[in-house]
Formats: sequence, C-alpha cells, structure tokens
Amino acid sequence: MAIGDPRTEPVDASEIARRAQLDAAESFGESERRFGTEEMILNVGPQHPATHGVFRLLATIDGEKLLDAEPIIGYMHRGYEKLVEQRDYRQITNLVSRMDWLSGINNELPLALALEKLMEIEVPPRATYLRVAMAEMNRILNHLMFMASFGAELGAITPTFYAFREREDIQLALEMATGGRMHFGFFRPGGLKEDVPRGFFDQALKGVRQVIERLPDYEDLLTGNEIFKQRTLNVGVLDKEVAYSYGVSGPIARGSDISFDVRKDEPYLSYEDFDFEVCSAPNGDCFDRFWVLVHEVVESAKIVEQAIEGMPPGPILGKVPRVVQAPKGEVYVRTENPLGELGMYLISNGDRTPYRLKIRTPSYNNVSVLSHVLHGTYVSDMIAILGSFFFVLGDIDR
Amino acid sequence: MELNLAEWQIIIVKVAIILGVVPMAALVGGYAEHKVMAHLQHRLGPMYAGGFHGWAQTLADGLKFLYKEDIIPDAADKRVFKLAPVAIFVPVVMIYLVIPIDRTLMIENLDLGLFYLLAIGSVSSIGLIMAGWSSANKYALIGALRSAAQLIAYELPIVLAAAAVAMLAGTLSLNGIVEAQDWPFALWPIGIGQVAFLLFTVGSVAEMTRIPFDMPVAESEIITGPFTEYTGMRYIFAHMFAEMGHMVAFAGIAATLFLGGYKPIVPWEPLEVIPGFVWFFGKLVFMVFLFLWMRPTFPRVREDQLQKFAWKFLIPVGLALILAVGAWVLYAPESIKG
Repeated sequence: MAIGDPRTEPVDASEIARRAQLDAAESFGESERRFGTEEMILNVGPQHPATHGVFRLLATIDGEKLLDAEPIIGYMHRGYEKLVEQRDYRQITNLVSRMDWLSGINNELPLALALEKLMEIEVPPRATYLRVAMAEMNRILNHLMFMASFGAELGAITPTFYAFREREDIQLALEMATGGRMHFGFFRPGGLKEDVPRGFFDQALKGVRQVIERLPDYEDLLTGNEIFKQRTLNVGVLDKEVAYSYGVSGPIARGSDISFDVRKDEPYLSYEDFDFEVCSAPNGDCFDRFWVLVHEVVESAKIVEQAIEGMPPGPILGKVPRVVQAPKGEVYVRTENPLGELGMYLISNGDRTPYRLKIRTPSYNNVSVLSHVLHGTYVSDMIAILGSFFFVLGDIDR
Repeated sequence: MELNLAEWQIIIVKVAIILGVVPMAALVGGYAEHKVMAHLQHRLGPMYAGGFHGWAQTLADGLKFLYKEDIIPDAADKRVFKLAPVAIFVPVVMIYLVIPIDRTLMIENLDLGLFYLLAIGSVSSIGLIMAGWSSANKYALIGALRSAAQLIAYELPIVLAAAAVAMLAGTLSLNGIVEAQDWPFALWPIGIGQVAFLLFTVGSVAEMTRIPFDMPVAESEIITGPFTEYTGMRYIFAHMFAEMGHMVAFAGIAATLFLGGYKPIVPWEPLEVIPGFVWFFGKLVFMVFLFLWMRPTFPRVREDQLQKFAWKFLIPVGLALILAVGAWVLYAPESIKG
C-alpha cells in the first residue's frame, strides 16, 4: 500500500514521489529477502552413515561450501571412567577393552602396564613378546578396517570386502588364542591369561603375510586411482603446528609430518628390540593420512614376524598376588594405540579398585581439530575428511 | 479415430509389454548387479532366495518393499511428494517405446526416434527436483540440486555423441541408424566412432547417477539424495526401478547407436544365421556388464570435479567430434565410408 486516499487527505507531488521511492526501496528489500541466498544449518549426524556411530557435526553450509563445522560429541558416553572406580582391576580389563572396539588388545595394554609399574611386577619375556605380536596384529586389524571404511566413504566399495577378507585370517589367529573377536580380555597385570595354543603362530604368520601380499590390490583400487587422488590430494590439510596445538597423535599426526610414535620415542614392552620404521608423510592431507595407514600395516606385519621368529620360551605370567591390589600411588602410562597416543593415569589409594583412572584417548583429541580442518571445504570433502580422521566413537566418548 | 478390434488388441499387448519391461529390467538388472559385484569382490552374493543361486533375491526384496509403510513426512509438500515418483518413473518407461529389438520388432517406429529418446530421457530430472524440493529435507534438497546440475551437464555430451551418430547415419530413425551401420559405429570410422561411443557411455553413467558419477545420491554423504524421505513402493519406483530401468534402457540405446543393434557385430555372412534379437540382447548384456563393472571399481567423483569434467573436457571433445564427423561425412571418399 502506498499513497493515502486522495479523497481524505490532500497530497502534493513531492510527497507522492517520496513515498514511491520508499515503496521501491521496500519492495527491493523484499525481493532480496525472497530470492537472495542464505546459509543453511545442516545437522550431519548423530545418525549419519559417514560418522560410524553417533557423532554429530553441526555444519553451516552455503550451497556446497562449509562455512563452519562444529563437532558435537557425547551421544555415546557410557561413563567408563566412573564405572572403573567400582570394579576391581581384573574386571576393568574387560571394561577398557570396550572403549575403542576396533583395538581391544591395545586398550588393555596400558592398564596392564600401569598396574605392573605400580605393583612392581616383572613380566616374563615370552609374555612381552606375545603382547607385542598381538598388539600389532590388532593394529593391522584396526588399520584394515579404516582403509575399508575410508574407501567406502569415497564410494569405492570393493576395498571394504577385500579388507574384511584379509582381516579374517588374523582375526582367526586371535580367536584361537583368546576366544574373542572384538573384546579379547586377554592381558592380565603380570602377563597374559594363558599361553597361546598350538597352531597360533602359523595362523598369525599366514595372516600377516597374506595382508602384505595383497596390499598392492589396495594400491590399484585406491592410492593409484586417479579419482581417489583427486578426492584426497590437498583435501583437508592439517598443518603441523595446528596438529601440535590440538594434541593430535597417531597416523593423523604422522600424516602431518610429525614423526612421533610412542613405540619408538618412549619404548614400552620390548619395542626397542624390533626393527621397524615410523611412517610419516609431509602434506597433512587426506591422501597422506591414508598413505601412513597403509604403510603402518607393513611395519606392523614386520614386527609380528620378528616377534614370532624371536619368541622366547618360558612362562607367560609373572609373580602376581592372588588379589590384585595396587599400592598407594599414582602412575601415568602411555602407549601407541592404532589411532594415536593412549594414556592412562591411574591413582590408587591401596584398594582393590582404583581411586581414579583418567583415560586420554586418541580419537578425542583427533576429532577436536575437525572444526579447524573442515572450515571452507565442500560437503563431499567433509565426508572424505571425516573418513580420513580415523576415529572410533566409543573411543571419543568412553 | 476409429480403431478396429485387432488394433485395440495390438495396443493392449503393447501397453502390457511396456509396463512389464521396466520392472523386469529392474529385477534382472538388480540380480545381475548383485552377482557381478559379488564375484568381482570375492564373495558369492545372494545364494538362498529361490534356491538356485538366489535367483529370486530381487523379487523378494521388491515384495518386501511392497509391504512397507508409505510414509509421507508432515512437512512435505504432499501432492508433489506423491507425484514425484511418477514423474521419475514414467519417462523411463517411455524410453523403451522406440528401441528396436529386431528389424521389425519394436513398439513404435518413430522417424524422430533418436530425438524422442534424448528428449524423453531428460524429463525424469524434473521428477528428481520435485522429489528433493517437496521432501522438506536438507539432504534431499542438496541431492536434488546436485542431480539437476549433473543432468544438465551430462545431457550435452550425450546429445553431441548422438548427433554424431545421426550425422553418420543421415537419419534420426533408430531403425535407419541400425541399417546404416555395416560396421558398428563403435568400430568404424576409426577415431570418430570410438570417441562418440566413450562420450555416450560416460554421459549415460552420469545420467543414471551411478558410481563414479553418483553425487546426487551419494549414500555415504547425503543418504540417498532426493529419495531420502521415500519409503516402500514410492522408493522402489523412484529409485530402484528408475535406476535399473535407466541402465538397461541406456544399454539398449548404446547397443542400437554404436554396436549395430540387431545386426551382427561384423558384416560377415555366416553370422546372419543368428537371429537379430539375440544380437541385440547380447550387446545389451555387454553394455549392462560394462555399467555394472564400474561400480566396484571406481570411487565417487566430487561435485565440482564432476562439473569440471563435463564442461571443460567432455563437451569440448564433443564439439570437436561434431566437427570431425562433419568433415568425415562431407569429404571422406565413398570407398572407405563403408
């Protein structure tokens, strides 16, 4: 509506012109509001196929471009750090095994190490070697899983099936020894639950050798594929400094040229006995993170072979009291989980249960850098980046 | 128009065939996809449904979808939402109208067959946009916009490749195009035919939104794009039937335009013994296998890379192709034209 009714109010020409101008301005604003572009809030998750669980990303997008992305976690919080305060140490082993469900053995390891440190238990060499072999086999399983899922997120479905085929033989070896396929519960303070059965070494060697033999398939399908390169090279670049400041670790940090590996820099178990390399790549993009993952499989396989070839005879359990009761004190142990640095800070009051067990999980720190990396990428890149950050939801939320 | 009984009967038979052919193509194509992918990935695929090598798997899947609840979101634009699967599905059915299976075996022999194919083939993108917009879902919206952009971009290489064929054959009638191929266009003329064939194949993979060009329905990114909110029968019609129907249709078109349709693959007298529809279906199966083969092999191309590939590579190549074909038609000596 514009000019007043000429019958009721006198109107002069300048007033009409002024009002017409105002109208024009108003309708211009109107049309801009109606036809202009605006940002859209997109909730990626908690139930989204690319997040492998209940991870949520609050993304602000402009068309296909991500202006802002905020990771929101906590949908899977199970309160493990509180639960362990009500359970004795042997029960805790099985709890922490479920934190990062892809690498149970590697989760049990720092707990056992922390207790051994606190209780001053000596672990027999056979147990140490077996622990190394099993931890590395578990690492291969974990890495294969992420190689599979990264491919699947980019639309390459075949590597998924290949990876599960390769996983099966190693999985079988671990099943022979522990009876479990995901949650092993095999490490005890002081050593292992029991010795490995006959045929375990053969099966394990067969498994890791097969993986090495078949890795070229992955190179054909993924790292050598032109589309894969386009999707990953220079996508989601994580700078070295940023990675440092967020406490990023594991394959993701090594993909950003941070050659840090607890196994090498602060050897635990008997990693100093083994000949292996820390893989790192210079660019910090999705391709490099994936490259590191593939090459760590080779190194892990080398360690498994060396450990099995040099396996010492002897007992598999040190002198452990019937009731595991850590003396008063505190200890921090860190190990190299397949996804990064896993730290356990154990405070004991001398009871059968810990006073406090603070767990520093790798995925938590690794995903916290996501909002930094995702800024200014495309929606499709977002999926590639999420896939290349190799996180396990249980490991983030605990 | 007065129709006598025989003409009515013919029309009814034609309608029945055309309505049956897409679900049939979807069932057989779906089963082929299960099996081809499984064997390329070192697994068996469906083995139980129906007994022999799980032949009834897709049938069972389809029946399962029939029984699903038909959910329409509260926020959806309900009329458009309900209509969209029809708008996607019907054009796919109509593609089959003109494909010649044998010399005289086809539903309708249109003089403008090729033009009709290209026109009707791109109508279903309207349905995709309808589906995406009416779902009131952000993922569906992104998917719809992606598919709109993609269908525009990849329509052009297909049109250019088809135009090259039309120029070579000198006709738009599909029967005429087949008859013009002494040697299939994919084999002769050297250079021109192969480029046109590749252009058409790449463009049609993008048209049916399959990997590596499946950005609009990228299931690990935007769930299934425009079909995110669809369930049950609507989902089957909008996604499964349309995708598989498209695939088989494009395989048929490629076989007709480039592989010599119902004629033997090489002009050699003894091969004429094999009936035409066998040749046609053999070529169709070959093309379907080619399309199926791509899915387990390639990752997905990103949306902007997809657009770049179309506009900066395929379309210039297509334009150059048109020039080359023009030169061939005008200046090549009759003796080598074949």
